[in-house]
Amino acid sequence: MRLVAENLAGERGGEILFSGLNFTIAGGEALMITGPNGAGKSTLLRIIAGLLEKAEGSIRLDNAPAGFESLVGACHYLGHLNAMKPVLSIEENLRFWQSFNGAGQHTLREALDRVQLGDIGHLPFAYLSTGQKRRASIARLLISHRPVWLLDEPTAGLDKASEEQFAGLMRGHLTSGGIVVAATHLPLGLGDAQELVMGGNGQDHAGSREYSA
Amino acid sequence: MLSLFLRDTRLGLRAGGGVLIGILFFLAVIAVVPFGVGPDLKLLSRIGAAMLWIGALLATLLGLDRLFQADRDDGSLDLLIMASDRHILALTVLIKCLAHWTTSVLPLVIASPLLGLFMNMEPAAIGATTLTLLVGTPAITLIGAVGAAVAVALPRGGLLVSVIILPLTIPVLIFGVSAAYGAVEDPAPFVAPFLILIAITLFFAVIGPLAAAAALKSSAD
Repeated sequence: MRLVAENLAGERGGEILFSGLNFTIAGGEALMITGPNGAGKSTLLRIIAGLLEKAEGSIRLDNAPAGFESLVGACHYLGHLNAMKPVLSIEENLRFWQSFNGAGQHTLREALDRVQLGDIGHLPFAYLSTGQKRRASIARLLISHRPVWLLDEPTAGLDKASEEQFAGLMRGHLTSGGIVVAATHLPLGLGDAQELVMGGNGQDHAGSREYSA
Repeated sequence: MLSLFLRDTRLGLRAGGGVLIGILFFLAVIAVVPFGVGPDLKLLSRIGAAMLWIGALLATLLGLDRLFQADRDDGSLDLLIMASDRHILALTVLIKCLAHWTTSVLPLVIASPLLGLFMNMEPAAIGATTLTLLVGTPAITLIGAVGAAVAVALPRGGLLVSVIILPLTIPVLIFGVSAAYGAVEDPAPFVAPFLILIAITLFFAVIGPLAAAAALKSSAD
């Protein structure tokens, strides 16, 4: 499985944010997208997730595993918003996403235990703290299986211990052959991830580099 | 899909007031009519079916703008759109409409016989009006889904949704009221307008979700 972007360009409101972007991520590899605010990190993730139209170029999933033929169908997207209903409990929220998106390797209980929310799964989502909300949202990645994880500032609001735990979850996903694409300002604790540095507004976007950190 | 229906009905019942606000608005509209029209019982019973229909139509429009906006605000809408590989987006929209109708419009239909008494309507007229409301109001929700999807990106789209879809709901109102009258006034037919009402609902059950899904797809930003 390989996620391949060729000459990819993205725009917001008619203005080109980045262009000429090329990268290839094989199964088991991660791509960290860094860059200043407004560089187009979230836009790139939303283009991969099929939520925004690309301005030009192509993005595709080669040798996709069975059942995940289309790129969008193979992606988990963890955006800024948690996609949980405040009035429903954590378990109700997750059970809905599990039955809607299909079951994964982890049961609901296991997923909650792995993000350390096992004791409070019955609480309404609105009662949680910011970090707990994020962890509940991370549990959503575990309860349904998708080979590609698109993470937009995934550790926003997490404390040190939870960050490390989340890094462990990502490593587990990579070990099982998955792909992680994360936009972040903070190091996520993935040793040998590729890094894609995106330029800021007004800079030369063709200069986006690609190297192994 | 069943889980989506259950989630949305649960949200509708639990979110606090969604159901009750519609009924209270419906009650308010019907309750002020006798004061405005005057204590002419014959006149009241004659315009009863029409007033119930207008009240129900306005009460239905009330909560429609939240149909997709709530999901957009918390990010669920992105995931629902992304899942369109597994669940056709139009079907997802249809299920959301059904859940919305069940929680916010069905209570209006159930309350309408009681409000019919306020209008001094005969039992047959009350029954016919309730039946036409039951058959016709899903069409309003399905038309409304298109408006809600178009206006989903606008922060204060509530009134806009009503204005966009009101002209499209006029046929539902016309045939609903004429079927309700047809049941009690002799020369007027009941079956023909009633069948057209059913046809309108079925027609928008196909067109509405397709159009709303297309609007939602292009609204993502």
